[in-house]
Amino acid sequence: MAGASPAEAIVVRNLWQVFPRKEGISISSADVMDEQRVREMDESDDTVVAMKDVCLTVYEGETFIIMGLSGSGKSTLIRCLLRLVEPTSGEVCILGHNVTAMGKRELVQFRREKISMVFQHYGLLPHRTVADNVAFGLKLRGEPEESRKEKVTWALETVGLTGWGKYYPSALSGGMRQRVGIARALVMDAPILLMDEPFSGLDPMIRRELQDELIHLQRDMRKTIFFVTHDLSEALRMGDRMAIMRRGEIVQVGSPDEVVANPADEYVARFVSDEKEQFERGRAFIGSGPGREATACVS
Amino acid sequence: MFPETLRFHIAEPINIFIDGLIQRYAAAFDLVAGKILFFLLSIHRGLEAVPWWGYILLVFLLSLYFSRSILHSLVLASLPFFIGAFGLWSMAIESLAVIIASVVMALVIGLPLGVLMGEAKSVETVLSPVLDAMQTMPSFVYLIPAMMFFGLGKVPAVIATLIYSLPPVIRLTALGLRQVPKTVEEAALAYGATRWQLIREVRLPLAMPSIMAGINQTTMMALSMVVVSSMIGARGLGQEVLVSINKIDVGRGVEAGMSVVILAIVIDRLTQGLAKRLRPGE
Repeated sequence: MAGASPAEAIVVRNLWQVFPRKEGISISSADVMDEQRVREMDESDDTVVAMKDVCLTVYEGETFIIMGLSGSGKSTLIRCLLRLVEPTSGEVCILGHNVTAMGKRELVQFRREKISMVFQHYGLLPHRTVADNVAFGLKLRGEPEESRKEKVTWALETVGLTGWGKYYPSALSGGMRQRVGIARALVMDAPILLMDEPFSGLDPMIRRELQDELIHLQRDMRKTIFFVTHDLSEALRMGDRMAIMRRGEIVQVGSPDEVVANPADEYVARFVSDEKEQFERGRAFIGSGPGREATACVS
Repeated sequence: MFPETLRFHIAEPINIFIDGLIQRYAAAFDLVAGKILFFLLSIHRGLEAVPWWGYILLVFLLSLYFSRSILHSLVLASLPFFIGAFGLWSMAIESLAVIIASVVMALVIGLPLGVLMGEAKSVETVLSPVLDAMQTMPSFVYLIPAMMFFGLGKVPAVIATLIYSLPPVIRLTALGLRQVPKTVEEAALAYGATRWQLIREVRLPLAMPSIMAGINQTTMMALSMVVVSSMIGARGLGQEVLVSINKIDVGRGVEAGMSVVILAIVIDRLTQGLAKRLRPGE
């Protein structure tokens, strides 16, 4: 990363998210400015502070991983980027557009053109065929049928589902459904790809396969990928840089190597300890004997 | 005994209110009644134009298309034959016309209301108690205002049937819309669906099984109202039931009752078959 610094793709400034748990409670941006009030909301059962003052910068062309346990706020964060969830306060800028300030129409247009997303539970339309599912975003965007068809064929080929276009999602396995989800995202040709635990529900072999394919694709695409996971080995494999979240706060940002080598606090240390152990065992193994496969076995 | 002094009646003000309505808007009611009658008679004429074996053939073919079972279709198609054999064919056609007219009107009113109720919480808050009241009200009660506004005969029968059969389609449409998985809605939004696109492309198709169940229920309710509405002069199978009650003629009653049941079974099977065909992802 030496030389000219790469352009900023996603900038998140002081993002807060407080969910009311009871009806009739409204939380404004003024509430989160007050430290005392934040502490109150944190302890109260009526409110859940899902994100606390999150600041991040993601550069163009990198794969940025958000890692944390469930409930750490990572899903909320990724949803705030395209305002599937409205943040309580703070600012999100993507490719120079201030997303948090957009009007309804502008936001829809922005979602159609700049961003595509892959979901943990696929989010496929059960009443549409695989081909129609892949074409869904293009159709919303209003593309003519001819160009849609061509792009869908290309996308299905890219994810290895040539010939599956006429089937319904219910006929597909989990791994294949997620391939459809990925094809639906790729076909949009959006500069930014958001992935919310895309491989978490898949069995290890398939997960591995899809990770490899995504890495391979990314080598050519050079998209900005914002990737949420709770799986450290996945983070280490996929990520150029990663951030670790804990109870709504970003605890550490750095390259995977940095995070493993110098965990910022005890939480991160505990998180990475297993991985570190295996990593070192693997390295010792390579050093002592033949067979570089040892590193591949670490997972 | 309940003390005499605490008594008060709302019957009188309601009567005055209804009388006032009738006097003031007599022309409007006549106009509506004329339109409904025309609609009903057009349907009736259309139904009469089809020969009896045409219905049997139609039921057989539709059933075959929906169920893909020849035996099932043969049994279902043979049922209407008995209505004719009992000598009740023309009455069954008359009842069918009332059912179709009121169900069509119920769908025209009910489907949009159901969508509104599924989309907007405020509409639900208002509509829910009204629907509860409509469903718990004994069906006979609907006959009174229908009769007062539209006199005796077929038109008030259609109106009463319409009101009685309206709730299920509204309720089940709203329920179906609200049951759409959040993950699918979220994905559609993430790809830039507008509110209208979300309803048309995602919610409505996914709610289809529930909507079809609502249509089926509404049709069944309409059918059960047919017997009741004969009390205000709608002819058809209901009238036959009523006559046999008055004459204590059990045999005749059973024939008429069986005809109603046959009508119900055939309509139920066909609408359910249609619903199965429209289920997503098959």
